[in-house]
Amino acid sequence: MANALPVEISTTIQSLIAQHKNMPGALLPLLHAIQDTIGYIPEDSYLPISKGLALSVAEVHGVVTFYHHFRTHPVGKHILHVCRAESCQAMGSEKLEASIKAKLNIDYHQTTSDGAITLEPIYCLGNCACSPAVMMDDEVYGRMDNQKMAELISEARAS
Amino acid sequence: MIKVFVPRDSSALSLGADRTAKAIQQEAQKRGIEIQLIRNGSRGLFWLEPFVEVATENGRVAFAPVQPKDVAGLFDAYFLNPDSSMAKAHPLNLGLTEELEWLKKQQRLTFARIGITDPVSLNDYLAHDGYKGLANALKLSPAEIVKTVTDSGLRGRGGAAFPTGIKWNTVLGAGEKGVQKYIVCNADEGDSGTYSDRMVMEDDPFVLIEGMTIAGIAVGANQGYIYLRSEYPHALHILNEAIAKAEAAGYLGDNICGSNHTFKLEVRRAAGAYVCGEETSLLESLEGKRGLVRFKPPLPAIEGLFGKPTVVNNVISLATIPIILDKGAQFYADYGMGRSRGTLPIQLAGNIKHGGLVELAFGATLRELLYDFGGGSYTGKPIRAVQVGGPLGAFLPESQFDTPLDYEEFSKIWAVLGHGGIVAFDDTVDMAKMARYAFEFCAIESCGKCTPCRIGSTRGVEVIDKIINGTDVEKNTKLVRDLSDTMLNGSLCALGGMTPYPVLSAMNHFAEDFVPKPKSALKKIIDIVSA
Ligand SMILES: Cc1cc2nc3c(=O)[nH]c(=O)nc-3n(C[C@H](O)[C@H](O)[C@H](O)COP(=O)(O)O)c2cc1C
Ligand code: SF4
Ligand code: FES
Repeated sequence: MANALPVEISTTIQSLIAQHKNMPGALLPLLHAIQDTIGYIPEDSYLPISKGLALSVAEVHGVVTFYHHFRTHPVGKHILHVCRAESCQAMGSEKLEASIKAKLNIDYHQTTSDGAITLEPIYCLGNCACSPAVMMDDEVYGRMDNQKMAELISEARAS
Repeated sequence: MIKVFVPRDSSALSLGADRTAKAIQQEAQKRGIEIQLIRNGSRGLFWLEPFVEVATENGRVAFAPVQPKDVAGLFDAYFLNPDSSMAKAHPLNLGLTEELEWLKKQQRLTFARIGITDPVSLNDYLAHDGYKGLANALKLSPAEIVKTVTDSGLRGRGGAAFPTGIKWNTVLGAGEKGVQKYIVCNADEGDSGTYSDRMVMEDDPFVLIEGMTIAGIAVGANQGYIYLRSEYPHALHILNEAIAKAEAAGYLGDNICGSNHTFKLEVRRAAGAYVCGEETSLLESLEGKRGLVRFKPPLPAIEGLFGKPTVVNNVISLATIPIILDKGAQFYADYGMGRSRGTLPIQLAGNIKHGGLVELAFGATLRELLYDFGGGSYTGKPIRAVQVGGPLGAFLPESQFDTPLDYEEFSKIWAVLGHGGIVAFDDTVDMAKMARYAFEFCAIESCGKCTPCRIGSTRGVEVIDKIINGTDVEKNTKLVRDLSDTMLNGSLCALGGMTPYPVLSAMNHFAEDFVPKPKSALKKIIDIVSA
């Protein structure tokens, strides 16, 4: 199975496994490290992970799929998270959400045709005093409106 | 050299604080003026971010909100010398920060340093009473530390309001002598409308580190974990930087401050599951598993992380320990009302004009918070509903706005304070939609272990949809109530067990919103729904 992965990815994963295997409760930190490094967690990595951490493949699969943060497929160059939780709803996030989808011409969990942006829902960014909020990669933006959103999207597309 | 402060808190950054900081630096350089730019935490007046301050002999003077386009004008008005007549006349000049009513009316204990210091400067922390609590703790026996915490009356700020000292005492007495124990900080802060944990971690990380260290010494744990939600990348970096500095200075690791105590600390990232904020689900997650809620007993205090005695406490609970150990149990217990002792960092959110962090002794009313601090709604329309305590908290109508913030008073009106988040909605809110969302959220986040929550939440969405569409309103209303009863009584944890709070409070207080459009037979349906 692991052979299905390109050699460099396979090597990267092996070295991350080696770095993490002796840590107590290693699986989540390892999965984070893999996703941070290669952008997602390939299903073909479950077998080497399970061997390294003495787990079953089913256990690894169960953990990856339990958590919203982990993804098993490559994503766009940037990830745009739109907050859907109550505080942002109180400030019109539903309309914002609809206009973002229309502008990008995609729904949640999809990537724009140019590969620039993947759209994901999120439930609170801790920026509720400045709702509605979104997060582009690791940066949070508050008091979003259509104009600020358009600027943010074109900046992301340009970079 | 003149000190200029521009916050680095995420909410300040979300409104452009980095760009403002850069503009100030560049303008100063251009004009050949030397300044010391400090990236402090936020004072928590988020509607005024980026909130720039200039140090003077009499204290800091605030200019806010400052956008990059304002910067040249501020220099033209000599804002670096706030006493000059031009700086005084500048429209963004708010005067001395300490004199701002919004701050003056607060009782900042846990947040005493926040917005004042540079979060990653250990020297700044020490200069502002940092590590005084630990110094006192090191002179006490473990049992005496625990007693101090018990006597302070501190109750867990994560939502369940369980007395912190009693929990610690259980862990102190658990297991054989020398058994491995853990301190776990619950930094999953998943509730919408809350950000006080985030502020502590980003704006004063050492206070959390100190609180956890004291907890470790008190119960005999030498290892701590901070379980941090993955949505907080800035907090992750700041915590790691602060931990490294505390280690280098001998405040973490072996022989803390020359004592024979060891305490090590590590941040672990969560992965976007709301239920992992529930303490046993959190422990499963820390162990590297799916976040399925555990049956209790055993309590985590007896069999917690990796089966060992474990303290699980919220960020605010732990960050409040240092001031209790510094100033004494009585000092803290003197604040508050009834059995709610001390202060609560309240977070104003949603449709509110002046959103931000208000730390107050328990006892203030919702109305004071919404209007005196919050300034009413952001949109200027009437505030119709507020949700207190996150997605599992009840919606309160105007008629309940005089309820004091106190655990028991809230429970009397079938509501919760939770983690202290207050989300305001104006009169455009559709409460049937909010009730539907409560079920939807529960369905998305359910860990799946018990049927009432897993199946009930999905059924709830369908049934509310039917009510909204006007299909068999009477029958379906009864169905929602029955379903809610089953969830209330038959769920293993509060995710399923409290989803009925927002749902039923929306139906009870805002029945008119559950009327199908067109609004025919309005009165009859109101009677049915609210019965
Ligand atoms: C679904 C669910 C989510 C929770 N989320 C959090 C959370 O994000 N942060 C938190 O501190 N407590 C949360 N709690 C409460 C914890 O289970 C636990 O009571 C708390 O961490 C104990 O710490 P404390 O006594 O200091 O409040 C949650 C509970 C439930 C049922
Ligand atoms: S109530 Fe829901 S989240 Fe809680 S244990 Fe049951 S299924 Fe899991
Ligand atoms: S609800 Fe959107 S940031 Fe908190």
